[in-house]
Amino acid sequence: MSSRNIFYFIVTLCMLIGISMTLYRHIQFEVPWLPGEKRQIWSIEAKVEFDAKGESVEAVLALPLTQRGYTRIHESTASLAYGLSFVNDQDNPRAIWTKRTADGHQEMYYKVDFLVDPKAVDIYQPQMPDTPFTEYPEPYFTAANHLAKQAEEVSADAYSFTRELIKALTDETASKSQNTGLILDYKPKNRLVVDLLNNAHVPARIVRGLQLEDGRRRQGITEYIQVFKDENDWQIFDLATGTQGRPENTLLWEYNGNSLLEVVGGRNSQVTFSMLLVEQSAQSAVAPKISEADFLNFSIDSLPLEEQALFKGILLIPIGVLIVVLLRVLVGLKTSGTFMPVLIAMAFMQTSLITGLIGFLLVVGTGLVIRGYLSHLNLLLVSRISAVIITVIGIISIFSVISFKVGLTEGLKITFFPMIILSWTIERMSVLWEEEGPKEVLMQGGGSLLVAVLAFLAMNNDYVRHLTFNFMGIQFIVLGIILILGNYTGYRLLELRRFKPLADREG
Amino acid sequence: MLSQFTSPFKLARKGIMGMNQRNTGYISRYNPRKLYPLVDNKLKTKIIAQRDNVTIPALIGVVRTQHDIQSIIPLLHKHPGFVIKPAKGSGGKGILVITKQESGVFFKPSGAPAHEEDVKRHCSNILAGLFSLGGSPDVAVIEALIEFDSCFDGFSFEGVPDVRVIVFQGYPVMAMMRLSTAASDGKANLHQGAVGVGIDIGSGRALHAVQFDRPIEKHPDTDRPLKELVVPHWQRLLELASSCYEMSGMGYLGTDMVLDKSNGPMLLELNARPGLAIQIANGEGILPRLKLVEKIVAEGVKHDPLERVEFSKTEFSR
Repeated sequence: MSSRNIFYFIVTLCMLIGISMTLYRHIQFEVPWLPGEKRQIWSIEAKVEFDAKGESVEAVLALPLTQRGYTRIHESTASLAYGLSFVNDQDNPRAIWTKRTADGHQEMYYKVDFLVDPKAVDIYQPQMPDTPFTEYPEPYFTAANHLAKQAEEVSADAYSFTRELIKALTDETASKSQNTGLILDYKPKNRLVVDLLNNAHVPARIVRGLQLEDGRRRQGITEYIQVFKDENDWQIFDLATGTQGRPENTLLWEYNGNSLLEVVGGRNSQVTFSMLLVEQSAQSAVAPKISEADFLNFSIDSLPLEEQALFKGILLIPIGVLIVVLLRVLVGLKTSGTFMPVLIAMAFMQTSLITGLIGFLLVVGTGLVIRGYLSHLNLLLVSRISAVIITVIGIISIFSVISFKVGLTEGLKITFFPMIILSWTIERMSVLWEEEGPKEVLMQGGGSLLVAVLAFLAMNNDYVRHLTFNFMGIQFIVLGIILILGNYTGYRLLELRRFKPLADREG
Repeated sequence: MLSQFTSPFKLARKGIMGMNQRNTGYISRYNPRKLYPLVDNKLKTKIIAQRDNVTIPALIGVVRTQHDIQSIIPLLHKHPGFVIKPAKGSGGKGILVITKQESGVFFKPSGAPAHEEDVKRHCSNILAGLFSLGGSPDVAVIEALIEFDSCFDGFSFEGVPDVRVIVFQGYPVMAMMRLSTAASDGKANLHQGAVGVGIDIGSGRALHAVQFDRPIEKHPDTDRPLKELVVPHWQRLLELASSCYEMSGMGYLGTDMVLDKSNGPMLLELNARPGLAIQIANGEGILPRLKLVEKIVAEGVKHDPLERVEFSKTEFSR
């Protein structure tokens, strides 16, 4: 009796571990129960390059923070033999690479992931800059003042003034005017706009943003004008068009009035950016937060992406197995080969259901005909199955070629079928045919296909995929259920029909 | 649709055993795994049966290698009738029956001739594993032909009638006869359409008959009323079945027996996973009988084979 108690203890333990792991992941890491919508993540890599002069080196790179529209979720760096420290001042976050001596071309990388997040807000309000007065030599000063005055006349506040100013320096007509041509020769537009704004007591400065474009490499930073109306009210202006507001798909890399990159001990320094847009499900978007956690958070998020994809399939197998156990133990369906339906269901997941079903029937049907001939040869089993395997490969190749020629690229997916499994299926069905007749083949084959389709539907379900991939605890729960089912000694559903005459006998 | 099903509570009240309960409660509990080869291999069964003086059809010879096949033919010519079967076959597959031979030509029960070459090829197929479970290489067992008792004439069509007795911990608990029909193609497997007749443990008389799990009164091919069926030598047959417990060590066992005209009941083969159709043939669930045996064994009652048969005859008589 005590062995029963141990059994129930193990089952309870499995269930408890499973449920608590699942709840823990849900509560602690906010992994949602349901598969959420896709979230976009910008993966941006900044490459800092300079030529070291053979003395001690210090490279300081300004780092972006969570801001309106973008949440910073992960950062990492790569640099050979450099000391690295992150300074996480809110008004001046930066990475500092240091080395005692360095010579020659130096490269270092900083990678950051930003989640596209409409709910994100600036976590830091930049300090309003002073408005130093800048004097230009004549005749530039008069020209500039004239330009500023013109803009001021047609504007109402700091923002409209900025807009008009940029427009005046950008317009078709403006470029032809002597005034603008003159001063733009003297100073670049970005400096000029800031100076003129400051001279009119409008706090403004140049900030740097990164235009996000999927797959761009070695992209430079774009400059914008940041204009303050008051302490908490500021706007970004596009220098090229004068458009007010943050441009779409632009990440402000540095908007606190600090330098982007400072290198001591090097020359020809520059920073370039590469970026990639990654579509991820909402829960893997929060994965970085998870992967840093402790042992209790046993999860496959910590594995490389390729292995994760593999596991996504593997973790579904227990669900298919559970379906088989349910249908055999509770319903009493006959299948040919206990877990063959799960393997067929796995193949269906690659091929899609209809293609898979048609392909399966075609291959097994043709295989049975050919196997029927082989049985006349009275071969030894291993040779016979080997011959069937080669035949199956032949059938699959022929079907693939034919379907491709006909223009059905779907047919190519037939190659996803596990050929050894198919061969064994054909062998078993064929033996069954000889021994029990076609009716039994239809029953067992149909049963197998029915179970395979049900297993496929369960394994292909979005919710099931989401749950098994994100909650390892589910595996323990499934194990617990299977153990309980293994202990089920009640009647199978089909036995209720089989034994009905017996139950109805007498009173 | 629903009317085709009955309620599980009704089945439980009738003491009907389901497949799940058979597997976990009886087969895996009472049949030690290591003893399976004794039962699954007919040659091994024969050897232990001979050791324990259990009546079996006489062994003529065993073909173990392709080379043996050549030397077996002269031996076969000395026996007018014989049966060649695979040691590891199941469900009556791969059994070649020769009832007579004339001037070197063998004849099957149906009268169809089988030449020496056919017999050789059949042996070769058995050795290759064509009929064995999972296709593993096998040996061919050649045994003397059973001369069936004529008492079953009209009850069986073209085939071998056999008696299956479920022996639980040495007690014969339930019995049935399996009669082949035209539908079963001369085979005695119930799922293929053979008739199952429940046999009273106390008297050896027919109780109830089914085909395809549904009750019938007459043999579908010969129209003989199945109620008239009585198994002769019933006492001897029960003793034989009961002694299979000591012989095989299996706690839950299906014993298949035939009646030979001159030698009486003989053990044909053992089955470690007997099916549940015997309940339908008997019109009764087997569980109350199993429970009773479990109870007396738990109480420490020790019976010898003869006492066990007497116990069963009084307790399970209907």
